[in-house]
Amino acid sequence: MGEWFTENGLLLGLAALDGLAYAALVFMVAVGLNLVFGVLRIVNVAHGSLFAIGAYTAASVGLLFAAWGLPPAAGFAALLLGTALVGGVLGPVIERGVLRRVYGQEEVLQLLVTFALFMILEDVQKLVWGVQPVSQDAPMKVLGTVEVPFGDDTIPFTVYQLFVLPGVALFTLLGLAWFLRRTLTGRVIVAVTTDKEAAMAMGIDAARVTLLTFTFGAALAALGGALASPTTSLVPGIGASTIVLSFAVVATAGLGQIEGAALTSLLIGLGRSAAVYFEPELEVVVPYLIMVAVLLVRPQGLFGVVEARRV
Amino acid sequence: MSRRAEALLALGGIAALVFTAWAAPWLRFVLTVALAKGLAVLGILLLLRAGQVSFGHAMFLALGAYTVAFAAPAVPETLVLLPAAALLAGGAGLLIGLFVVRYRDIFFGMLNLALSMVFYSVLEKFYAVTKGTDGIRMPNLSVAGVEPGSEAQGWIMFSLALGLALLCAVGVRAYLGSPMGQALAGIKTRETRLEFLGVPARRVLLFAYVLSAMMGGIAGALIAMTSRHVTPQLAYWTSSGELIFIGILGGAGSALGPFLGAVAFELVRVYAAAAVADAWQMILGGVLLAVILFAPGGLVGILSRRRRQA
Repeated sequence: MGEWFTENGLLLGLAALDGLAYAALVFMVAVGLNLVFGVLRIVNVAHGSLFAIGAYTAASVGLLFAAWGLPPAAGFAALLLGTALVGGVLGPVIERGVLRRVYGQEEVLQLLVTFALFMILEDVQKLVWGVQPVSQDAPMKVLGTVEVPFGDDTIPFTVYQLFVLPGVALFTLLGLAWFLRRTLTGRVIVAVTTDKEAAMAMGIDAARVTLLTFTFGAALAALGGALASPTTSLVPGIGASTIVLSFAVVATAGLGQIEGAALTSLLIGLGRSAAVYFEPELEVVVPYLIMVAVLLVRPQGLFGVVEARRV
Repeated sequence: MSRRAEALLALGGIAALVFTAWAAPWLRFVLTVALAKGLAVLGILLLLRAGQVSFGHAMFLALGAYTVAFAAPAVPETLVLLPAAALLAGGAGLLIGLFVVRYRDIFFGMLNLALSMVFYSVLEKFYAVTKGTDGIRMPNLSVAGVEPGSEAQGWIMFSLALGLALLCAVGVRAYLGSPMGQALAGIKTRETRLEFLGVPARRVLLFAYVLSAMMGGIAGALIAMTSRHVTPQLAYWTSSGELIFIGILGGAGSALGPFLGAVAFELVRVYAAAAVADAWQMILGGVLLAVILFAPGGLVGILSRRRRQA
């Protein structure tokens, strides 16, 4: 072990840092998915497309800003603007225009509606941004890198991935926990999640809550995408691979668990990045292996609560 | 839909398929693949009866296809490979089923999804064995010891797919009418009551799961033999979504639905891809949305409604 560690220690450190940054992105997507499922009871397959479109929009806005000659730091404004655009426009359009029509229908139909949206958005994305990789890494470059001390060595790592990504994720986690537990709107969302009928009987406007939650969830996915955009070049298919990963996170964590989703994202992010560095063939498999292993032992997910069987 | 109407629709459908395949030979390939996919969808229909959506069923299809691709160099005989694929898929279905039938709803769907993605990654990443995304090309196959020409081979695959589709549709119809099949619907309405009656719900679901896995395996084998090329894409989650799509498009109420849906799906795809190469997926998505919003009973539902009005 000791010998192995001296040989691979640095790699392990790098994997941990990478895993942390990756976990932050996964969390942003998974927590939105979780929130939306809680209120709408729909597994939104198109959630990954919102991530992808958020990423593309942010990159485009960033490139536009750069073309206008704005300083590279404006890239951060571009990230936020991209997020707001996608979340604020696509979210309400999807919820009001499509999802609203299938509430109360069979589960498989609801699932398929979002699958249809996924197919449509996937092509919209290809039509708008083409199939060539798009990249805009100004926000990452402008912050530079730091040397992370690790034993006797240091690991150079970008400030963006080390601080910005986990920072935003942590902020989202704390903010969301505060919002859902301490504010009226948040508690209304929790009430609708727990028991929609009872909440409506108390005079809560469930339709408004649904719209609000979906828009919010969409914005979180778009923010995840926007944050991811500087770290990678965008290609078709990122939406599809993101969504299956966040499915794994949500199912592993158990439904309706925000802190659980954070811990699970961390677990899966670190597991995946360990695989990337040590057994690259297993990269895609690791999250699902973790999920299957967890569900074998705890069928309701790591942090899920057993629901009473409805007779 | 009445028994007679269903039989008439089936006969009419077969006649239309055979005529189209004869009149437009290039469509024969499309129709063969459609029939094969219909078989896999028929399997999904069984699980839908129990209210469970398997979002990873394409793994059994891919398993059947890869079984054929791997075994073909050693045993290039259609009539051996086809049952072998079905058996292997059934075996895998039993193993996976034992695990997943303990879960319901979203967990059932997501577990199937997870396992299919694991299988997809294995196919994609272990290049030395599976040739990764390049896929595997298939050699010529013999049928009952004779190696047919390519025209004859096309017809043989078409008739095989049609025959198996018919056989399975009749079988599924009988199965759904049997007490075992009725219990399947019971899982959807009230599983607890089923248990009160002394019916072991998990075993009922497991039986259906194994059957559906076998049909997936046969479908995959047929697709591999027809297209002569297998790739990991067959197991990707979007392929699974496509199968459920076809199920809803056709209508989940009848054993004919999957085939009607599959033929419609493949035709729309072929023509949409030819008309607008970059947006065929969007067109399919639009069709799916329209079906769900305006005709939740699917094509079968539209047809039987017409009949009732007339």
